[in-house]
Amino acid sequence: MPQEFDLNQFKVTYFEECQDLLETAEEQLSILQAQLGDVDVETLHAIFRCVHSIKGGAGAFNFTGLIEFSHILETTLDLLREGKIQPDHNLVDCLIRSNDVLGTLVHMAQKEIEPSPDIWKTIASELEKYSGLNITTSAASLNEEDVSPLLASVAGYNLTAEEEEEQGWGLFLENILPPSSQMSSEMEKDDQGWGLFGDEPEIENNTETAHCPELTKPHYRIRFVPEPHLLQFANEPLLLARELKTLGDCIAHVDVSRLPKLADIAPDVAYLSWSFDLYTDRSIADIEEVFEFVIDDCQLDIQLVDNREQIEVTSDVADSPQDEALADLAGDIQPRESTPVPRPQKEQSLSKTENKKVDMAANGNVSAPMVSSIRVELDRVDRLVNMVGELVITQSMLKQQADELANNAGLRMTQGFEELNARTRELQESVMAIRMQPVKSVFARMPRLVRELSAKLGKKIDLITSGEMTEVDKTVIEQLMDPLTHMIRNSVDHGVETPDERRAAGKPERARIYLRAEHKSGRIQIEVSDDGRGIDRDRVLAKAEEKGLIERDVEIDAQAIDNLIFTPGFSTANSVSDVSGRGVGMDVVRRNIISLGGRISVFSTPGEGARFLMSLPLTLAVLDGMIVKCGAEKYIIPLTSIIESIHPVREEIKSLMNGGTLVSVRGQYIRIVNLHHLFNLKDAITDPAESLVVIVETERYGYVGIMVDELLGQQQVVIKSLEENYDPIAGVAAATILGNGKVALILDVDGLAEMEHGAEKRRKNKSLQRQVFLTGE
Amino acid sequence: MPSTHNYLMPHDQKGADISESASETRQYISFTIGQEEYGVDIMAVREIKAWTDTTHLPNTPEYMRGVLNLRGVIVPIFDLRCRFGMGLTQATNMHVVVIVQVGQRMVGMLVDAVSDILTIAKDEIQQMPQMERNIDDEYLSGLVTVKDRLVALLDADLLFNQQSIENGVVLGKAALGDK
Amino acid sequence: MGLRVLAVDDSKTMRDMVGFTLRNAGHEVIEAGDGEDALGKLGNDRVDLIITDINMPRMDGIALIKELRAHHIHKSTPILVLTTESDNSKKNEGRAAGATGWIVKPFSPDKLLQVVAKVCP
Repeated sequence: MPQEFDLNQFKVTYFEECQDLLETAEEQLSILQAQLGDVDVETLHAIFRCVHSIKGGAGAFNFTGLIEFSHILETTLDLLREGKIQPDHNLVDCLIRSNDVLGTLVHMAQKEIEPSPDIWKTIASELEKYSGLNITTSAASLNEEDVSPLLASVAGYNLTAEEEEEQGWGLFLENILPPSSQMSSEMEKDDQGWGLFGDEPEIENNTETAHCPELTKPHYRIRFVPEPHLLQFANEPLLLARELKTLGDCIAHVDVSRLPKLADIAPDVAYLSWSFDLYTDRSIADIEEVFEFVIDDCQLDIQLVDNREQIEVTSDVADSPQDEALADLAGDIQPRESTPVPRPQKEQSLSKTENKKVDMAANGNVSAPMVSSIRVELDRVDRLVNMVGELVITQSMLKQQADELANNAGLRMTQGFEELNARTRELQESVMAIRMQPVKSVFARMPRLVRELSAKLGKKIDLITSGEMTEVDKTVIEQLMDPLTHMIRNSVDHGVETPDERRAAGKPERARIYLRAEHKSGRIQIEVSDDGRGIDRDRVLAKAEEKGLIERDVEIDAQAIDNLIFTPGFSTANSVSDVSGRGVGMDVVRRNIISLGGRISVFSTPGEGARFLMSLPLTLAVLDGMIVKCGAEKYIIPLTSIIESIHPVREEIKSLMNGGTLVSVRGQYIRIVNLHHLFNLKDAITDPAESLVVIVETERYGYVGIMVDELLGQQQVVIKSLEENYDPIAGVAAATILGNGKVALILDVDGLAEMEHGAEKRRKNKSLQRQVFLTGE
Repeated sequence: MPSTHNYLMPHDQKGADISESASETRQYISFTIGQEEYGVDIMAVREIKAWTDTTHLPNTPEYMRGVLNLRGVIVPIFDLRCRFGMGLTQATNMHVVVIVQVGQRMVGMLVDAVSDILTIAKDEIQQMPQMERNIDDEYLSGLVTVKDRLVALLDADLLFNQQSIENGVVLGKAALGDK
Repeated sequence: MGLRVLAVDDSKTMRDMVGFTLRNAGHEVIEAGDGEDALGKLGNDRVDLIITDINMPRMDGIALIKELRAHHIHKSTPILVLTTESDNSKKNEGRAAGATGWIVKPFSPDKLLQVVAKVCP
C-alpha cells in the first residue's frame, strides 16, 4: 500500500543522526586540534562528512538557516580537506565554535524555531574569512573577473546551482555545447552520414515519408553521437530516445555507419548514433535535460529548425514496428546486464576481465562489513529492560512458592529454579548490555570545556583522557555529565595555576588534567586529576571556620580538611566567577554522585596536584539491596551504602537530651535513625538494644545507624520510579517490586539522616521553648 | 505497562469528538461509597481490579492508601471515602480499585463497588446545588439522576490534579512536623 | 514492475527517504551504509540500479563506483550518485569513475522516481 510521502516521518531519524554527527564532529575536531602540524586528512574528511550529512538532511526538510550555515561551514571544511587552506589553532577553534552553532541550529530546527541569521552571522564571516582569503590567493593567476564567479561558485550561489535546484538534478551543458556555427556544418556533414535503420543497403533507400508530425510546434533537430565508451556508464540510448518522445512528436534516425562487422563488435562499445526530429513546445533546456547524464560522453547538438520543411523519416521511435526492431538491435548489439556474458572477441579483453574478477574477489574478503549495528528506539529497549525485570520478579515469586513446598518435589524444583535463575540473570545482563554505552560521549565534551575555560582564565592546560570506551548504562551516562563538568571546572579553576605561578613553582607552563575511566569491581571508576597546586588546606580551613562549617581550634587531619570541600555551602573561589561559582561547588557534585549510589573522594598533595576519584554503579536500572523489615513493612537499603550491621548491647547505647540516640561502634558514636518513628510504623521494635542497626554511610551526616527489626536478605532489585505517578517522599529514593509482587520502598539513607536530624532539632527547640516558659521570662 | 484493553472500554470512541450538542452522550462508570453513588468518565478509566494489600507510603495523608504494583508500574491508591471525609474504608478483597488516568499519571481510587455503566446526555447533567453533600463539590462536574438514583459525577482531573496531591503531601508533612 | 535498487548512504535519513520513496513505488530496496557495506551486500547479486552517496566513511562513492565498474556483474548496472549542489567537482569525479547520472540532494520523491525511470528501462 503506497503511503503518503510525509517528510516528518524521517525527522526523528534525522535529529538522532544529527546528534551523533555533531558529537562525532566535535570528537574529530578535538583530534584535529591534537594533530595540528601533522594532520591526518581522514580527520578532515570525517568532519566534512558530518557537516555534509547534516546539511543533506536539512535540505530535505528545508531548514533554511541550518542549510545556509552548514553550507558555509562545509565550504571551509572542503577547502581544508582539499589542502587549499591549512588548519591552525585559530581555525580549529573557529570550527569548534561553528560546530556549536550548528548544534544550536539543529536544536532550533528540532523545536521548529526559525533561527535568526544573527546566530551564525559572526562565525560565518569568520569562516568566510578563512575560505575567502584562500581562494583569492589560489586564484591569483586568474584575472579579477574570473575570481568573483569562482568565489560565488565555492559559496554555492552560482547560477548553475539555482538552475539545478529547480530541476533537482544537474546539468553540464553550458560549457559543452559546441559553437553553433560548427554545429550546422556538422549537421550537413552528418546528414549524409546518416544511415537508415538496420543499415541494410537494400533498405537504405526505402526511406518513406512518415505520418505527419504536428508541424505547428517548433521543430528541433537533435544530433546525438555517443562516444564509444558511453555504454560503460550504463547509459542507454534507447531510454533517451523514449524520453525524448515524452516531450513531443519525435522521429528518430539511426546512423549505423560506425558499426563494424559482427565479428569485430565489442559488446560495451557504442557504435550507433542518432538524429532526432522533435516537435515540441518545450524549451531547449528541457531537451538538454534528457541528455544530461550523457552530455560528457557524446556529441550533442540541438538546433531549432526555422523553416518547417517536410522531413523524411525513417522511423518513429515509439510507434512504428521499426521501433521495436531498433530496440532489438540495440539490445543485441549493446548488451545490458540482462544479456548473457558476451563471447570474448579479443584475447586481451578476456584476460582483463578475468584479472578484475580476481581483484574483486580478493577485495571482497577484506571489505566484508565490519561490526554492524542497528538503531533502536530507546523506548523499546526500556520496555525490554522492564519486561526482564518483571520476569526476574515473577521468577523469584515462583521460587518462593517452590521453597514452601515440602519434600523432594520442592527440592528438585528449587534446583530447577536455581538454574532458571542463572539463565534469567544472564538474560538480564544481556538486555542491560544493550543500554550500555561508552563514556566517550561524555568525555568528548570535556576537551572543549578545558579549552574554553583555560583560554578564559589565561591558563595552559592539556587534557589527557583514557578509558573512553568504558561502558556504563545509559541512565548513568545521562547523570554523569553534570558532576564531571563540575569536577573538570573545579580542576581548571582552582587546581591548575597560571603559567606564571607554575613557572615560579618550577613546573612546566602547561598543566595537565587527566580524565580516566575504568571498570573496577562491578562499578565504574572515574578519575579527574591535575598537576596543579593541590588543595590549599589553610584556605579551606579558614573558609570552613568562617562559614561555621567546623568549630574553631578543633584538631583536624589533612584528609579531613581536604574533604571539607564537599561540605554543603563550601566554595573556595574568592569571587563568584562564571567558571565554577554560581553558588554550587563540590558539595553538589558529591550529593549528585551519592544520589546515584556513587562515592567520591579526594586525594591531594600540596604543590603537586589533586586527584578526585568517583565511583558509580554501572546501572541505575537495577540495584543490589538489602531487604530489611521494620514493623509490618519491608524496605530496601542500597548495598552500596551499607557498612555493616550490628546488634548493639545496651551499654553501647546512649540517649541524648534531644531525644536522639547514639550507638558506640568500636569507640565511635554513631547517630541512630529511628526508622519506625520517622515513618510512623506500628509494631516495630523500639528498643535499640533489641533491634538491628544497619550502619550506612551518608553524604552529610557521615555514618548513621538505621534501626530495623531484622535483615531479610540480599537481592538485586529493579528500580521503579515512584514519582511517575506520585510525588517524592522524604526518606524514600524509589520503589521496587518484590518476589511476592508487592511494592517495596528503597530507602534514601541521606534523606533519613536528614529527617532524623530535623526531628531532633525540633525536639530540641521544643524543649528550649519549654525552658523559656519555665524560667518565666 | 498499562493495558488499554479493557472489557469496559466502549468500541465507539466518538466521545472524544468535541461537539457541543446537548444530546451528545458520554459514558460513565458508576461506583458506590456507602450509600452514595458516583460516576467517572469511562474514557479516563484504565482498569478495575479487586483490592489487594498495598505498600504504605510514610508520612502521606490518611486517604493515601499506599502503592500497588500494576504490571510493573507503581500506582498510588486513594481512599475516596476518606478523601471525602467519611472515614477510612475497611478494605477487603470485595472492595474495588478503579485505576484512572489523570494527565500523565495513573492513580487508583478505592471504592466499595462498581455498579454500572451509565450513558448520559449532556443536557441531563445538572449543576451541583451548593452544600448538597458532605464532600467538596469542587471535585464534582455535576449531578445526574439515573433511575431515581442520584449520581455525582467526579472530575478525576480536579480530584487528582497535581496540586491537590501535593497539598496532600504538604498536609502529611505538616502532620509529621507536629510530632 | 519493481526494480531491485541498492541505496548507499551513510546518512540513515537519506537512506530512509530514498528507501521509502522507491519502496512506495513498488521497488525493492537494499540499503548500505558505505561503499564496503554495499559491496558486501551486493556480492555477485545483480541489482537493477545503484544509488550512492559520495562522501562516506571507509569506502566513498567514487571508490565504490570504480569497484563496481570493474566488476563483471555490475559493470553495466546504472549508477546514480547523490550529490549536493556544491559537489560539482565530485559530480565530475563520479562521472569519471563511471556513474550513469546524478541526483541533487535534496530531492523530491517525484524527482527521484523520474531520474530512476531515466536510467532504468
